[in-house]
Amino acid sequence: MRRMSFLFLLLAMIVAVAGCGEEKQTSANPEKITIKFNGDSTGKLLELNARLAKEFEKETGIKVEIVIGPDNSTERLAAYQRFLSAKSPDVDVLLCDVVWPGLLGEHCVDLGDVINKDEFFPTVIENNTYKGKLVFAPFYSDAPMLYYRTDLLRKYDYAEPPKTWDELEEMATKIMSGERRAGNESFQGFVFQGAAGENLTCDALEWQKSHDGGVIVAPDGTVQVNTEGARAAFARARKWIGTISTQGNLTYKEEESRLVFHNGYAAFMRNWPYVWTIEKSPDSPVHDKFSVSILPGDKGGSAATLGGWNLAVSKYSRHIPEAKKFVAFMTSEKAQSLRAMDGYLPNRPAVYGNEEIAKKVPYFENMKAVFENAVARPSVGTGRYYNQVSAIYYDAVHSILNGDKPVEAALAEAEEKIKARLKE
Amino acid sequence: MTSAAGASSAIDRAQGRLAWMFLCPALVILSLVGIYPLLNTLYMSFTDSEAGQVSSTLVGFRNYSAIVRDGDFLKSILNTLVFGISSVTLELIIGMVAALVINVPFRGRAILRAAVLIPWAIPTVVSARMWEWMLNDSFGVINDIAVRKLHVIAEPIAWTGTNSFAMASVIAVDVWKTFPFFALMLLAGLQGIPAELYESARVDGATGWQQFRRITLPLLKPAITVAVVFRSLDALRVFDVVWVLTRGKFGTESVGVYAYRQLFEYINAGTGSAVCIALFLMVFLFVIVYTTLMREPERS
Repeated sequence: MRRMSFLFLLLAMIVAVAGCGEEKQTSANPEKITIKFNGDSTGKLLELNARLAKEFEKETGIKVEIVIGPDNSTERLAAYQRFLSAKSPDVDVLLCDVVWPGLLGEHCVDLGDVINKDEFFPTVIENNTYKGKLVFAPFYSDAPMLYYRTDLLRKYDYAEPPKTWDELEEMATKIMSGERRAGNESFQGFVFQGAAGENLTCDALEWQKSHDGGVIVAPDGTVQVNTEGARAAFARARKWIGTISTQGNLTYKEEESRLVFHNGYAAFMRNWPYVWTIEKSPDSPVHDKFSVSILPGDKGGSAATLGGWNLAVSKYSRHIPEAKKFVAFMTSEKAQSLRAMDGYLPNRPAVYGNEEIAKKVPYFENMKAVFENAVARPSVGTGRYYNQVSAIYYDAVHSILNGDKPVEAALAEAEEKIKARLKE
Repeated sequence: MTSAAGASSAIDRAQGRLAWMFLCPALVILSLVGIYPLLNTLYMSFTDSEAGQVSSTLVGFRNYSAIVRDGDFLKSILNTLVFGISSVTLELIIGMVAALVINVPFRGRAILRAAVLIPWAIPTVVSARMWEWMLNDSFGVINDIAVRKLHVIAEPIAWTGTNSFAMASVIAVDVWKTFPFFALMLLAGLQGIPAELYESARVDGATGWQQFRRITLPLLKPAITVAVVFRSLDALRVFDVVWVLTRGKFGTESVGVYAYRQLFEYINAGTGSAVCIALFLMVFLFVIVYTTLMREPERS
């Protein structure tokens, strides 16, 4: 047994050594360059990436090796920070979260020469620009919508979903008191993601922006937390707790709020597009009773926090031109259309005009409007302190919603903390 | 005499050397996985180190003075004590009752013994997530029973999301999960008590309560001590159940959660390490106090 495993080990070593030799040969051969793409780890994208990489190889003769990264965003960031700070040439193309430009921008090359910025939504391009360079190319996006119960709107004589927060409050109050009187004690007017975490940063940024209250930290570094608009927005949100939304919303993340809506206990919900596919499947109790719209607004209009993923080329890559070519290919209209068929939101307005896609994914017609109102989280203005700033911010908002601190005191304190953090 | 003593001390020395040789691997492993990280954390607690930063400088006791001045840290110590004392006390009482019940022979005892262990066998994160959903104000089964079936409360309560109930919920979930540990430890202790003691007590006319007070409790003391020490150490370092149920909000932030947030949300390795060292000292102090307290009465 032991001899067997020794032989096996020896064999493995021989193969490994032979493998190394082979690899050296290919990279010495200018005809066949291999670039490494640290890509998605989830099922459908894994398959689509592989398909596109094969096509790319057929077209250009450049081979793409897909390395699967961690599926957890925090772990993926930690891995990137490790090999980028070691200036490793082992990975050429990186898959990056929308909140990373400030964290990784220094290590990425400018993609402005291979990406036509005018073909994408301006918010995404603005988010991905770091110190004047386009460091990330938009891959696919995510932006929240307002889910509403069509049957209840009809029942209470509303023709359209709410366009403003005031309308939402009025409709939610009426529907909720009616449904509760009818015996549904758990019924809520509006559910959102109020648990203390990144989810709350996303929700709160929308409230603040739609009240014309700024974006937490502007790209130039100005802190916008204790603004008039923000104070109005959070005073409003505080009022929701105990009226149209239960105290329980302070513990909800995306899934908890979805389950409330799923079980028919909510008239309105703010959530991401992934909910659509799940709740439209025939075994959902509300599959034929809901639709989506853009989020309500106030004097700052409607605002939707931008989420999603991008592609970047490492500065330490040995094949920068080839890697850039691959990034351009993967973010092209054709590639974005292919992914759109599976519900991954394109960030090229042109793809939304495609009728075949519109038929397959009906909520896309809303998404164009959503992206036009998209607001980026302050990853550029906060640089490498994004995580800390976000934590200070959602802590403050959570303490307001829970009634632990008055609006103004909490925001003033958070603004001080953020300023101190960014000064370091 | 002298030569014999000399010979035996030579043997002692040889055996001592042998003992050290056998202990060496354990000591090496212990220092690698226990002492090195501890010393490294101690060092970091005196620096301004941050994640993703290559170099750091020594800042003396700045991190310690910062956390001591932070009201949230002091609150987290208080929360941890409230959590630790109430959960361990309840677990001891319920565990004791459970142990006494499953120690009595009856039909189906084996099944009951196995059933009691189930909560303990589920990983905390999984059971805490399960309870989080059961306690949900909207679709949770607890509110469903209390509001719609029993009508004991008028409106659903967000058990893990209000300042008045969150800590009680965290303690309840911890008690549910951990009382089997006490039951198991005490059951082992109970089975070590000779049946003759109870027989002679009965002959002398002792009541059930007297038997419990005079025989069971004193003889169980070593088992109780070990169980309470182990559980208290765990309770003082509590993180998982709090993090999953409340993320440390609604007045439930324990020192463990506070340390995690400093380390991984605010990415302050320096301050976070200082909190960890403070927690280590708290736990260490507890162990010393507890072991001395438990030793004293034995002598008298």
